[in-house]
Amino acid sequence: MSTTPDTTPAIEFRDVIKRFGDNVVLDGLSFSVAKGDRVTLIGPSGSGKTTILRLLMTLEEADGGLILIDGDPYTHEYRGQKWVEIPEKRRRAVRKRVGMVFQQFNLFPNMTVLENIIEAPMHVLGHNRKQATARAEELLEQVGMAEKRDAKTTELSGGQQQRVAIARALAMDPEILLLDEVTSALDPEIVADVLGVLRDVAENTDITMLLVTHEMQFAREVSNRVLMFDHGRIIEEAHPETMFTAPEHERTQEFLKAVLG
Amino acid sequence: MNDIWSWERAWEVLPDLLYGFRLTILATVVGTAIAAVLGLFVALARRSSVRWISVPVGVVVEFIRSTPLLVQLVFVYLALPTVPGIVVGCAVLGVHYATYMSEVYRAGIDAVPRGQWEAATALNLPRSRTWRDVVLPQAIRKTLPGLGNYAISMFKETPFLFAISIVEMFAAAQNYGANTFSYIEPLTMVGLFFLAASYPTSLLVRRMEKRLA
Repeated sequence: MSTTPDTTPAIEFRDVIKRFGDNVVLDGLSFSVAKGDRVTLIGPSGSGKTTILRLLMTLEEADGGLILIDGDPYTHEYRGQKWVEIPEKRRRAVRKRVGMVFQQFNLFPNMTVLENIIEAPMHVLGHNRKQATARAEELLEQVGMAEKRDAKTTELSGGQQQRVAIARALAMDPEILLLDEVTSALDPEIVADVLGVLRDVAENTDITMLLVTHEMQFAREVSNRVLMFDHGRIIEEAHPETMFTAPEHERTQEFLKAVLG
Repeated sequence: MNDIWSWERAWEVLPDLLYGFRLTILATVVGTAIAAVLGLFVALARRSSVRWISVPVGVVVEFIRSTPLLVQLVFVYLALPTVPGIVVGCAVLGVHYATYMSEVYRAGIDAVPRGQWEAATALNLPRSRTWRDVVLPQAIRKTLPGLGNYAISMFKETPFLFAISIVEMFAAAQNYGANTFSYIEPLTMVGLFFLAASYPTSLLVRRMEKRLA
């Protein structure tokens, strides 16, 4: 425990540029997320929200700017005047602090539920099978999937798969958890289950969370900050209560009206 | 010599054919093993981001695929006179079919969804571990029927080994015919042997295709 509070942001974007062909998705985006923050990114599709998560997971490469995780440059850095890529070995050390849950779950179908969860703790964190299994069972209990421990992932419903995927991400003890539209592929009656699991995680851990979601009620309950994106820029930023009841920007008002109905 | 078909001659040639059939099977099994393993490495090499690996391998593969198996067999056999024919035969069959099987592997690897790679990255799995535990197990499952079909087609091309003096089943039949001027029985039997072996195998492969689909 340090005596002075650590004020280094968990995540910092500095003038990040991302293009897909001629399409400029992020045009010099800067923002930061404090440790333990729960930030919801909202905005129309194509506004760059998911791209931000994908950049943070190194699934996309930025075309300019810096991304810092806990103050450490992640994918690129400036050496002298030059913007250079950071080699995979150093990226891995930073990436270890970041976890992600996907819209399409992306469980490994060639493994059982348990194997999905212990794979990375064993081969990345160096845990032995016993340690990893004990932790996995704890997490499966937590997400309500303990009895499916040895099931094939293909036998699970979407909601069950997503709960396993959440357990799999948590098994890596991430400092930052990225949630990319995690309920968008689920049947409406299942959505509540998955959100319940995430609410638990939010209440019982101090993991920094960055979520892209269309579940505004959930965003309101879980997050302490909402960023409204449009064309790769943050056009409004507020506490969820303010954002959802009294948005200032005209685009935000339109967007929320369309989403909330 | 008047009758078209003689059971006596059929009986007489049977041991020769069975002996030849053993070589046919040997060449197919060894050739398939070489092709299956080498094919995987070729597929991985062609995907390599290191251009001085992917480009030369690609050139060699295209060269082998665009020249006839028979020519390759005879060429290697004559170029390496000290190497026994059966070794040349198995090796050439294996390398030739490795180029086909590499394409099957490539398709299987490409069929693994992007999300699997992304999940592996998100879990920070090292590249080699991602291949070993995530991508290849899924890809190879999808390639099994394709590999099976190439194994069958290799089996049916083993008579080319005749050209490099390996007395497999077809050569045994030819020899018998050359000595007795009776080709009908031995060649009919060769055909039936091939049919008896490859038809059930292809049924098996088809079932595998359905089950893995």
